[in-house]
Amino acid sequence: MTAVDDRPTTEIGTARRRKEDRRLVTGRTRWTDNIQLPGMLHLAMVRSPFAHAKINGIETAEAKGAPNVIAVMTGHDIADIQGVNITAWPITPDQKSPDHLPMPLERVAHAGEIVAVVVARTAAAARDAAELVDVDYEELPAVLDLKAATTDEVLAHPDLGTNKSAFWQLDSKAGGTGGDIEEAIARAREGGIVIEREYRQQRLIPAFMEPRSTVVDPTGEQVVMWTATQAPHVLRFCIAATTGLPESKIRVIAPDVGGGFGGKLQSTPEEFITLAVARKLGKPCKYTETRSETMVSAHHGRDQWQKLTLTAEKDGTVTGLKVELLADLGAYAALVGGGVPVLGAWMFNAIYKFPAYQFNTTNYYTNKTWVDAYRGAGRPEATYAIERLMDELAAEVGVDPLEIREKNWIKHDEFPFTTVAGMTYDSGNYEAATARAKELFGYDELRAEQKRRRESGDPVQLGIGVSTFTEMCGLAPSRVLGSLNYGAGGWESASIRMLATGTVEVVTGASAHGQGHETAWSQIVADRLGVPFDSVEVLHGDTQIAPKGMDTYGSRSLVVGGEALVRAADKVIEKAKPIAAHLLEASVDDLEFSAGQFTVKGTDKGIGIGDVALATFAAHNYPEGVEPSIDADATFDPVNFSFPHGTHLCAMEVDTETGATRMRKYVCVDDIGNIINPLIVEGQVHGGLVQGIAQALWEGAEYDDQGTLVSGSFVDYTLPTTADTISFVTDHTTSPATSNSLGTKGVGEAGTIASTPAVVNAIVDAVRQFGVDDILMPCTPERVWKAIRSGGGTQDAATTPAQQAHFDEGTPNQDPAAGTTDGVVQ
Amino acid sequence: MTRITVTVDGASYTDEVEPRMLLVHYLREVVGKVGTVVGCDTSNCGACTVHLDGRSVKSCNVLAVQADGREVTTIEGLATNGELHPMQAAFHENHALQCGYCTPGMIMQAVDLLNENPNPTEDEIRQGMEGNLCRCTGYHNIVKAVAAAAGASERSDA
Repeated sequence: MTAVDDRPTTEIGTARRRKEDRRLVTGRTRWTDNIQLPGMLHLAMVRSPFAHAKINGIETAEAKGAPNVIAVMTGHDIADIQGVNITAWPITPDQKSPDHLPMPLERVAHAGEIVAVVVARTAAAARDAAELVDVDYEELPAVLDLKAATTDEVLAHPDLGTNKSAFWQLDSKAGGTGGDIEEAIARAREGGIVIEREYRQQRLIPAFMEPRSTVVDPTGEQVVMWTATQAPHVLRFCIAATTGLPESKIRVIAPDVGGGFGGKLQSTPEEFITLAVARKLGKPCKYTETRSETMVSAHHGRDQWQKLTLTAEKDGTVTGLKVELLADLGAYAALVGGGVPVLGAWMFNAIYKFPAYQFNTTNYYTNKTWVDAYRGAGRPEATYAIERLMDELAAEVGVDPLEIREKNWIKHDEFPFTTVAGMTYDSGNYEAATARAKELFGYDELRAEQKRRRESGDPVQLGIGVSTFTEMCGLAPSRVLGSLNYGAGGWESASIRMLATGTVEVVTGASAHGQGHETAWSQIVADRLGVPFDSVEVLHGDTQIAPKGMDTYGSRSLVVGGEALVRAADKVIEKAKPIAAHLLEASVDDLEFSAGQFTVKGTDKGIGIGDVALATFAAHNYPEGVEPSIDADATFDPVNFSFPHGTHLCAMEVDTETGATRMRKYVCVDDIGNIINPLIVEGQVHGGLVQGIAQALWEGAEYDDQGTLVSGSFVDYTLPTTADTISFVTDHTTSPATSNSLGTKGVGEAGTIASTPAVVNAIVDAVRQFGVDDILMPCTPERVWKAIRSGGGTQDAATTPAQQAHFDEGTPNQDPAAGTTDGVVQ
Repeated sequence: MTRITVTVDGASYTDEVEPRMLLVHYLREVVGKVGTVVGCDTSNCGACTVHLDGRSVKSCNVLAVQADGREVTTIEGLATNGELHPMQAAFHENHALQCGYCTPGMIMQAVDLLNENPNPTEDEIRQGMEGNLCRCTGYHNIVKAVAAAAGASERSDA
């Protein structure tokens, strides 16, 4: 054999095309809404148009009499079994959490809340009849604005007596992880730099492509719920904990799920109502929402005001950071709910060595749609704040934004590094990622072009935005979650079943909805057990098939679930070893396992693991004292988070005359540790980038002063399209994580966390010359234009003939009425 | 109720439908072509895109009765004899899908785009696909897949 042949061929690191694709590209799919069951009934929800109102009565007779309507129910009809939508994370023992009934009986606290449900033989009949339900509402004053909520002048829930849910603090002095922030601020006010800013994290809508759908079949011994969820296991727990159904009588299945981004980790009123109605009627029931219902009722994300104080020496060495957040939870504390801002607590200090730090969040209720995790959950907010601030500091000191970061970041030889927030970053190399990103970006050339445009007074200015982010992934060590009062652990489970005919069933507690787990998990197991990639079948998303699981969110599936898989595979090998030794008539101690083969050291005797599986299945010949099974389970509880990082560079062109912006180039170099499948990783980065860019440029959930969501459809909530976006340049540096044996860090949220500040920094960089130091997100042309104007801008500059060629003699479009609003020459 | 006869993916269907029924609901609920999906209620997302007499339409924007006597091709009718259509293969090869919910509509639109313009530039692809929303991929690999499919058909034509 040649040396080349000796190189191990591994699945890990290979850009395998996805196993999942074949079904998905041919339309052979099992979305929840595709499911049809005999006698199945269809639900339509009657939702409150008011943000806050008392329900004085609900007249259902007319709806009940409509064609093909089977039943109309209100909260009173299902009160005994509807359960409660609970929060898993009361962030303090005294957190105020209003009861959240799936269908309230007396009062609605946000527009879109469900007050009645119509059950009919077809979805169309149900929806028609829902129009006939007459609800007598008595409107109550609503609190809609987050800052107004802090005054308690109008209460979202009068019974609570306040809009404040909870206050939570992390203080480096109190925690013994750093200095006193007030001292740092006082010192900086004397002779240093103090940067004080208030940033807005606008409210976003996750906008997964598949609208949520739930089918409940109550006709068997167990109630089966198919639902478009990221978290079937968590959902089953919530149902069992609040509806009176024993956990063992509930089977939750997440079939094909069309995206989630946090938006489908909720346990929802719609799921609970469908369950209650199906149980009441004893018939299978389906509820599929319209997109407009998704927008107003599925949880929203972000929505914070961030008051920030960054202190530094004159040379730009940061001495402290104080963070004071106001977070809008919407009308109810959602599943993670109040914990989302808390997830940012360890990330505002980012990749930097800050000596003093304090994080404060105060969470408030308003009469708007509830808020929970949306891709990044707490960490995009933190990253945005600190990366915007570092640019402000660079401007104040008068140096390049990369220089100010380098001055303050953790050097590659300082890992492991315990931060001022108390997290221990195990690995990273910010220098390497930044150097690579600069090279791919053509940083110096673009800076030169920026200078040229500035000097020539080009109406289109160029800005360069930097974001050197880190995040904490892999939610989470169970003890850490426990110490934070979270309602569950952060372990993950895996099982491997070695089938008699040579295929391998892998059961994972993670619940994929687009991530490509079937492919990546197959690669890991194929390598570990030495079996062909195509022989591995990955099963997930069904509480009966995968009985233990903590599901998919928080970039946890690979770093936690992947490690569980590795441990289960190692157990399989350990269990197979004595049986292989017995079959080979050798001692266990003389056996080696490699590439799927047990071999006896120093001989050519060997047996493949598939043959061991077959022999174990037959069980005619196996050693005394072992069970005839080589299947294995493992549950992995991580000891630390993982800390991906990266350097993102963005070039934006800003038309100073119209405020329009155009992305020129976007480069990111992420360090996500070892990569299982580069193709899947790249896809996660691309998608993440666009969601973060969308926050910077286009998206925002807007309410009017009546509490109506005015961006309540895809017409008004402007998701980016192919025409709005560009192709990206992505690359990687690798510092393997030490918290799991695969060395992986998690990539699902990285792009979203990093990209928002990179874009806004670029826009501000383009227009800072006009006195602008912030633009509210989304940075619409109107806002950019106004910022330029209010900052001084280009309005007084003389217009050159080249800029108004259309006014030149003999050129087209010289209709004398053009430019007037009413077509009349003035 | 109105009687319509529609050819869907090569087979003929005759049904009584309500005049208000949308083509997408006819395909999903009556014919059982659930590969075609619904993503919005405002004709923005394009998830329901199918071909009507060979041209792409958003099937939420067409009444079932308008398809009477016409031919509909859905994502389920694109592969022939188990062989993926070049666009389906390009989506797979270029990792142009993640959750896959927008994919049927994306592929149907992309096929129509190349029928009209066999050699589009990146910008023409981006303009031609802007009626179809995707939340997972950031469009990067979708654009790449369409370009790859265009290149592949060019090569096979040569």
